[in-house]
Amino acid sequence: MHHILKAPFDRDKARILKAGDTVSLSGTIYTARDAAHKQMLELLKENKELPFDIKNQTIYYVGPCPCREGEIIGSAGPTTSYRMDAYAPTLIKLGETGMIGKGLRDQNVINAMKEYGAVYLGAIGGAGALMAECIKSQEIIAFPELGAEAVRRLEVKDFPLIVIIDSYGNNLYESGRKQFMKINL
Amino acid sequence: MREIDVTTIIKEVSRLCIQANYFLNIDIKQAMEKGVECENSHIGKEILDKLLINANLAADKKVAICQDTGMAVVFVTIGQEVHITGGGLSEAINEGVRRGYKEGFLRKSVVSDPIERVNTGDNTPAVIHYDIVEGDTLKIELAPKGFGSENMSALKMLKPSDGIEGVKKFILETVDKAGPNPCPPIVVGVGIGGTMEKASIMAKQALLRPINVRSSIEYVRNLENEMLDKINQLGIGPAGLGGNTTALAVNVETYPTHIAGLPVAINISCHVTRHAEVTL
Repeated sequence: MHHILKAPFDRDKARILKAGDTVSLSGTIYTARDAAHKQMLELLKENKELPFDIKNQTIYYVGPCPCREGEIIGSAGPTTSYRMDAYAPTLIKLGETGMIGKGLRDQNVINAMKEYGAVYLGAIGGAGALMAECIKSQEIIAFPELGAEAVRRLEVKDFPLIVIIDSYGNNLYESGRKQFMKINL
Repeated sequence: MREIDVTTIIKEVSRLCIQANYFLNIDIKQAMEKGVECENSHIGKEILDKLLINANLAADKKVAICQDTGMAVVFVTIGQEVHITGGGLSEAINEGVRRGYKEGFLRKSVVSDPIERVNTGDNTPAVIHYDIVEGDTLKIELAPKGFGSENMSALKMLKPSDGIEGVKKFILETVDKAGPNPCPPIVVGVGIGGTMEKASIMAKQALLRPINVRSSIEYVRNLENEMLDKINQLGIGPAGLGGNTTALAVNVETYPTHIAGLPVAINISCHVTRHAEVTL
């Protein structure tokens, strides 16, 4: 099934999306990857506020390329998500409803997604030039010293995504692969 | 003695950084096109199509194919009759990387210390491997390596009794475990023999060989073909969403080793498998 989805979206919307569905996402999302996640969790530990209200928000795991003057953003495909696994359950608990990345997630993340209602959306790894076309504006809102890893607010239009793991724990990596697996190690 | 000035090296390295990141190599492109035809998964076919569109878009717009423009790995083969003038060779290579990443609007992904992790801001230092040979030419091969795939690589010190079956098992286990993480379809570089570090360097060098060129050693060629076939039966598929195009090639390099050992290194590379070279 294909969904036209607007970000931010709440947990009820997240619950509608099923593994294997495709999504065109438009609206506001935030970027953060390894170093930004680490810093955000440190802020929480010190009882300080996050750079943005995480409730109902989607984080895109990306560190874009710089761009020439007059352009919006350089190549901006997803980074491998498992490196954010240590941090994601805390953010989901605080209301994060969407994560965009690529690659496997650990069980703690999936458990949090099931409990609180969040969805893991896949962008195509290695298609950074293509995905940058859907980004209509970007603004660094925190940790500028991190360069490519800074937290950015993005406006996206018709961002093409696939539901990889849904809020019920169904995993497209497992079900998709099963159909084509001819040898089992 | 032939003289090559560092200004030439700086200019060439800078150009190679940009070339390798903007343009998909023709052997890879052809393999992907073939993949579109042979892929049984509908979604897999669509992903391969999109990756080809992405590569064309990057070439047209002169932007990076992927935002992870990698850490610059440089293989230098230098003739002993070459004299570098005007400065140090390693510094010239680093200056070339510095300029290439800046002028090409490529992402700076290198941190100065693995634990303290402060970005160096210019993607240096590069990882440089030198090989001194006879002659008066200087060959520079530049392979910017992204870490989505680099992180899925592995090294194992097998026992001689593990033999070729042990090697096969290790290759398949490593690719299986990597799953969708390294952005399949992947290229698998394998180094067998030497010592721990020699095997690892060979695994990376194997990624420089065009993917339509097989090993000249018969058993190695057979291993490459068999492993490609088996990897594609793992079902991982394009982007890991299922399919029969998991790897585009398995390139294996070998080297003599010690009576007591069988080192095997596996370096996984994403569909871009960037590399560009120049001979001065």
